[in-house]
Amino acid sequence: MTDVDRARPAFGVYVHVPFCTHRCDYCAFATWTDRSHLVADYMACCRDQARELAAGMPAVTSVFFGGGTPNLVAPSMLDAVLGELPLAPGAEITVECNPDLVTPAAMRAYCDMGVNRVSLGVQSMVPHVLAALGRQHDPTMVAASVDAVRSAGIGLLNLDLIFGSPAESIADCERSLTAAIAFGPDHLSVYGLTPEPGTLLGDDPSRHPDDDDMADKYVIVDEMLEQAGFEMYEISNWARPGAHCRHNLLYWQQGSYAGIGCAAHSHRNGRRFWSVRTPERYIEAIRAAASVEAGSESLDPDERRLEALQLALRTSAGVPAAAVPDDVADLMMPAGDGRLRLTVQGRLLANEVAIRLHHSPHGTE
Amino acid sequence: MPNVPPEPDIRQGSGASGSSGPASIRNFSIIAHIDHGKSTLSDRILELTGAVEERSMRAQYLDSMDLERERGITIKAQNVRVGWRGHTLHLIDTPGHVDFGYEVSRSLAACEGVVLLVDAAQGIEAQTLANCYLALEADLAIVPVLNKIDLPAADPDLYASEIERVLGIDAGEVLAISAKTGDGVPSLLDAIVERIPPPSGDPHGPLQALIFDSHFDQYRGVISSVRVMNGRLATGDRLRFMHAGGVHLAEEVGVRVPAATPADELGPGEVGYLIAGIKDVAEARSGETVTSAVAPAEAPLEGYDDPKPMVFCGLYPVDGDEYPELRDALAKLRLNDASVSFEPETSGALGFGFRCGFLGLLHMEIVRERLEREFDLSLIATAPSVAYRVRTSDGDDVEVDNPSELPPAAQVDEIAEPMLNVSILTPSAYTGAVMDLCQSRRGSMSQMDYLSPERVELRYELPLAEVVTDFFDQLKSRTQGYASLDYDHAGYRAERLVRVDILLNSEPVDAFSAICHRDGAYPYGKAITAKLAELIPRQLFDVPIQAAIGGRIIARETVKAKRKDVLSKCYGGDITRKRKLLERQKEGKKRMKAIGRVEVPNEAFVSALRLDQ
Repeated sequence: MTDVDRARPAFGVYVHVPFCTHRCDYCAFATWTDRSHLVADYMACCRDQARELAAGMPAVTSVFFGGGTPNLVAPSMLDAVLGELPLAPGAEITVECNPDLVTPAAMRAYCDMGVNRVSLGVQSMVPHVLAALGRQHDPTMVAASVDAVRSAGIGLLNLDLIFGSPAESIADCERSLTAAIAFGPDHLSVYGLTPEPGTLLGDDPSRHPDDDDMADKYVIVDEMLEQAGFEMYEISNWARPGAHCRHNLLYWQQGSYAGIGCAAHSHRNGRRFWSVRTPERYIEAIRAAASVEAGSESLDPDERRLEALQLALRTSAGVPAAAVPDDVADLMMPAGDGRLRLTVQGRLLANEVAIRLHHSPHGTE
Repeated sequence: MPNVPPEPDIRQGSGASGSSGPASIRNFSIIAHIDHGKSTLSDRILELTGAVEERSMRAQYLDSMDLERERGITIKAQNVRVGWRGHTLHLIDTPGHVDFGYEVSRSLAACEGVVLLVDAAQGIEAQTLANCYLALEADLAIVPVLNKIDLPAADPDLYASEIERVLGIDAGEVLAISAKTGDGVPSLLDAIVERIPPPSGDPHGPLQALIFDSHFDQYRGVISSVRVMNGRLATGDRLRFMHAGGVHLAEEVGVRVPAATPADELGPGEVGYLIAGIKDVAEARSGETVTSAVAPAEAPLEGYDDPKPMVFCGLYPVDGDEYPELRDALAKLRLNDASVSFEPETSGALGFGFRCGFLGLLHMEIVRERLEREFDLSLIATAPSVAYRVRTSDGDDVEVDNPSELPPAAQVDEIAEPMLNVSILTPSAYTGAVMDLCQSRRGSMSQMDYLSPERVELRYELPLAEVVTDFFDQLKSRTQGYASLDYDHAGYRAERLVRVDILLNSEPVDAFSAICHRDGAYPYGKAITAKLAELIPRQLFDVPIQAAIGGRIIARETVKAKRKDVLSKCYGGDITRKRKLLERQKEGKKRMKAIGRVEVPNEAFVSALRLDQ
């Protein structure tokens, strides 16, 4: 925590910008490459929804513009949404950016409107690995983007990386990491490549990652980042001390957040709900002043306790020792305060641990 | 479960009801290979004789069990009475698979003749031939018929001369019909009247009636199909069941036209049904002789045999809590199928279950399928085994049908295994392939006959254990489906047999133990460990899978410890999806059986034992 009042409960806002110039082969998220004609209407609807939600909203401690490609739309459109939200002083405001589309002017505009964190989708610094992921950008663009972010005076920089493609050798993986670290980011999100059904990559088993290879690479990633002074605070997230992503952490702390836009998820008062998937249906609903909700779920107290444990397990805060059964104890290490956290081997097997956790009313927080 | 078909709209066939003198009765079965058109012919006969109107016909009327209809086979014998030009015909349907050979012989014992139905495009098949020999031995008249003459590939002349060569029946006597179009079926009915003799029997002698099928109906109890040989069987009679020993009251006798229609009595030569307040088919098995309790016959009819289970396996509920349900289901199923045997057994790996015995592999599959389908159970079946005769060093003979119960090698003097005389009919082009298969299954050839230049009958002596694995499937695949198979039991033969144990994480898993020939033990061990290594998912630790004879390891595979199982990204705050993935993974564990610390998917128990070697 930096300058946000620690006593204030955190509350996040996620804004989904579903537009892209190109769809990556692994992407299963709600994104479209052929809806540019909808951008202005869509963003106006996001602003309207923000206005409506703002009335019942606590002070917002983090905003995350995700996508899709938020830097595909004019900064003023993002600013219009931001302008409706009751921001807490020092709120973390992140924009996810495609390095190909980053311009110094846009970064300056972001800085002026209060954006203090930019996340660049680098994925890999090795051209043939990028090609294997179906990414179009040129890794040399990353350096220019980093400069643009820094020159604009945006304080926090994250780089997203993806590891595990069978086209990526161990050396390729190390090269990407070394290059990424050399840019001096404050934060790195390093995700294992996940074949999702229905994607180009998911439907081609020859492009699926190998579990053992992934495990080898993850161990290397973890070692390199630790050595470079980053701390792992969540399975896929490393940060310089104090520079963890508050918005991201909110998800793993079972925190409250509001989703704006299509396919965005919200969590308030123990209820999880999500909006319609397509931008067309979203625009239609907002204009008709109808609900954008497509589905929801409310967990009973037991389910909630278990969910809290399963989420916390992924973080460096860990879970109460009493929640961990003996047969996975060797995948855990002490985290202080009677808690246990995953070792690096344990993080690789987090699902196996998660489905074994006890959630007795005693022994949980 | 009731097996009586729903009653059709039409209750009455023309001239089919009521009792008639033996001189006008003809009792016959149709002997045919699967797919040669027996059910279609039966349907056509019902239709032509007016027993069932066309509009109320359900395709293949006599195959009334769902399973029978799906698999295109008859499991239970059925019978129906129809009228044809002043005569009463009883059509007695017979089971169509080698597993049910005994039932066939009992059905034939109720007839004076058979219709030998052969596909005019394929010729006679092994099992048809075997049943036809049974009919000849029983001195039954044979009416040979070539079916499917409407097919372009039909070659009636060729197969008529094959019938002449194989069975010594004049080719000129072979009828040609199409059961599908009805072409030639009236002439067939005429030929049945002309060529099959009427039954004989003493109407005034003591009652002797043969039961050739029984099934359990939840409302009426056991309903038996009967053929009266001598005397009269009347509603209200007190009856003695001569083999089972029970005395029961004839609550109802009647005939099927095909709807069950009560009758006052059945006289010599008549075929019908009997309901006698019996709750268990074991009290009224096929082959049983029914006589009068008041004026009994001196002796039962000949040919009664208690069919012995030939193939055994353990059946276990996937969910151990369902053991009582499995017990009840087996008890209910047995009410309808006295040839299933079962007794409780405990497996270290699988918990509480039952050792079950079956007539053959098909019978085993059918029973298992019925248990799962009709009783909504999820079951694990262990490897099928045969019953070995083991002579211990103390000189005792013990029967072992569960490999895990084989005494330690040091206490065993000799193991003998059941043998079969197998007859295989195949187009001669596949002779080599069939011989290779029989050779690889430890068979020794006893005879080889050319039925025609194109068709060969091979006779082999083969161990039953080699036939119950996947012999039939292999035979079919190596001959593109053309070969057919029949077998007889041929006693026991001492062999160099050993038990191969499978160890999972160093602990023996009794469910995977198998007895096999010493020469086959190494390939078997290698194959099953390799298969298991494929089927068992990676765990949190290395899992060695070993095959062993006694203490000696003969094969080993290792399932390496799982290293990665973690979800990566959380899109747009979608925690729900993550949680659901974990819930599904947790659910998946329930479909696993924990053996020691190792989680084994239920499919592994089924798939591991289907080795395609």
